[in-house]
Amino acid sequence: MKSLHFQPRTPATSTGDKVVGAVSHTALTIWTLIVILPLLWTFMSSFKTSSEIFASPFSLPGEWKLDNYIKAWSEAGIGSAFLNSVIVVAVALVIVMVLGAMCAYVLARYTFPGSRAIYYLMLAGLTFPIFLAMVPLFFVLKNMGLLNTLPGLILVYVGFALPFTVFFLFSFFKSLPHEITEAAALDGAGEWRTFFQVMLPMAKPGLASVAIFNFLGLWNQFLIPVSINAAGPRVLSQELAAFAGQMGYAVDYGALFAAVSVTVIPVLIVYVIFQRQLQGSVSQGTSK
Amino acid sequence: MKTQQSRNDDGLAAVVPATAPQQVIKRRRKPLTWDKVSFFAVFLGLPLAIYLLFVIWPFIQAFGYSLTDWSGFSPNQNFIGLENYAKIFTDDIFMKAMGNNILLVIFLPIITIILSLVLASLVTVGGSSKGQIKGLRNSSFYRVVSFFPYTIPAIAIGIMWGQIYDPSGGLLNGILTGVGLDQFKDFAWLGDKNTAMIATMFVIVWGFVGFYMVLFVAGIKGIPAELFEAARIDGAGRFRTAVSITIPLIRDNIQTAYIYMGILALDAFVYMAALNSGGGPDNSTLVMAQQLFFTAFSKGQFGLASAMGVVLAIATLIFSGLVFAVNKLTGGDKDVSL
Repeated sequence: MKSLHFQPRTPATSTGDKVVGAVSHTALTIWTLIVILPLLWTFMSSFKTSSEIFASPFSLPGEWKLDNYIKAWSEAGIGSAFLNSVIVVAVALVIVMVLGAMCAYVLARYTFPGSRAIYYLMLAGLTFPIFLAMVPLFFVLKNMGLLNTLPGLILVYVGFALPFTVFFLFSFFKSLPHEITEAAALDGAGEWRTFFQVMLPMAKPGLASVAIFNFLGLWNQFLIPVSINAAGPRVLSQELAAFAGQMGYAVDYGALFAAVSVTVIPVLIVYVIFQRQLQGSVSQGTSK
Repeated sequence: MKTQQSRNDDGLAAVVPATAPQQVIKRRRKPLTWDKVSFFAVFLGLPLAIYLLFVIWPFIQAFGYSLTDWSGFSPNQNFIGLENYAKIFTDDIFMKAMGNNILLVIFLPIITIILSLVLASLVTVGGSSKGQIKGLRNSSFYRVVSFFPYTIPAIAIGIMWGQIYDPSGGLLNGILTGVGLDQFKDFAWLGDKNTAMIATMFVIVWGFVGFYMVLFVAGIKGIPAELFEAARIDGAGRFRTAVSITIPLIRDNIQTAYIYMGILALDAFVYMAALNSGGGPDNSTLVMAQQLFFTAFSKGQFGLASAMGVVLAIATLIFSGLVFAVNKLTGGDKDVSL
């Protein structure tokens, strides 16, 4: 233990410390501004008309009206794309968490012929770039009649989020004590009950961390929908890209800024509310 | 006591064998009950079925397709050996794209990691040099804000920065001309082949610094405070402490970050598609992934596109291998014991 008794309660700060502190604060403030200014500017511009945007990048909007948001939400289809995204990501997330937890549990807790091979197969899925799979995947889905459908998209999301989920939860289930499973077995719980009533609740912190990363990963996904859902009901990232892509012809920058804001703000709010848990997840996710 | 780092090392590969003996003891032969059979069938069978069908099978097929002249919609697939690969490596545009990816792989991880390491160090050890080791005051605010971009979809980041770089109405030129740099009036950052790549890289760095900063902060906080105190008592300054204590001890975090950023740099599709969907001026921001996408879904040359995918995959593997090798050669595998 340190001999704290011999130290003054508030150590006098030297000038060197003050300088370092000031420099640190300055550097961090600069980066904070670099992060936050573009976001504030986008938000502000989302209330401006196209002519106001062209007139000056800094001018405040003449009126704080929601016209651009209404236009983006209904005319540009951001609204329906937003709902599609919510449905696809929510369903995929639930499925991948359940299946991933089950798979990780079996791999971490039982040895059987081939368990190691399955483990390395998962590793392969994490290593190879998604790009390699897109062309064949297009035809796999086409043959199943799932091309350009939301269920097809959900299944693919589940498949590609699975290896990460399994890896993370693998180490988590591994770390849970064996005595508990034995106690559950002695009390007469079968394999199913042990998993759902004993192990799964114990794995909650790990599940929460993985769920957060999977949510962000799937919500941000762009390549998969534009490859296998190009003609299907669009998800948010797709609709945004399509909207920005036609900008050259029908210039409505205000609505574009509104569309970006609609994409950014909900997740940002959720993040700010839960940031403490998320920061914990990042450290947990990387120390495993 | 071993550090987190050394546990990380064998975390992936050695986890299975390491626990095998432990399992053997537990595994007394019990009769196969319906409970057990159904349990394995569902718990292992269901996830594996989805995974094999939608992930592994396409990966395997891609290698096969890359050896054919298949155009996707015609029934005939002729085996043409390595012809697609020969075509790729003599295609000037693809080679240009590969060059751009190499540029990205060299600069993106380095810039992102250095910047986030510096910010993470400032947050964690920027406090008073007397008494207990302290972080900077109010530093959680910086951490929270820096993480913002990670919660934004890449495509939205790209579109937003496309507007910021806009020659006439954009924020950047507005600021630059505002402080008197009039030569930047109407300067097209993404339209000039000298600046397009740099501007694009900055966007990607902007998107990831906060995430890695949080990661490194977590790593640094995992280092016992006694170590920093010992270094301080031995007379090490802040810079010396950062270089000789912090970096070696979070080395594995840095390696992970390097590999993630490198894999991202080899892809980079979303950012490029959002900022300069056509490949930029003189193809200065064209990447392999874009070329693959055009070849497959616009031109319908699926055989050729699959070969590009294989090249991309091999590049990724080579890159990861290099990072591991360099880390090992420079002494990263040494057990850092406390």
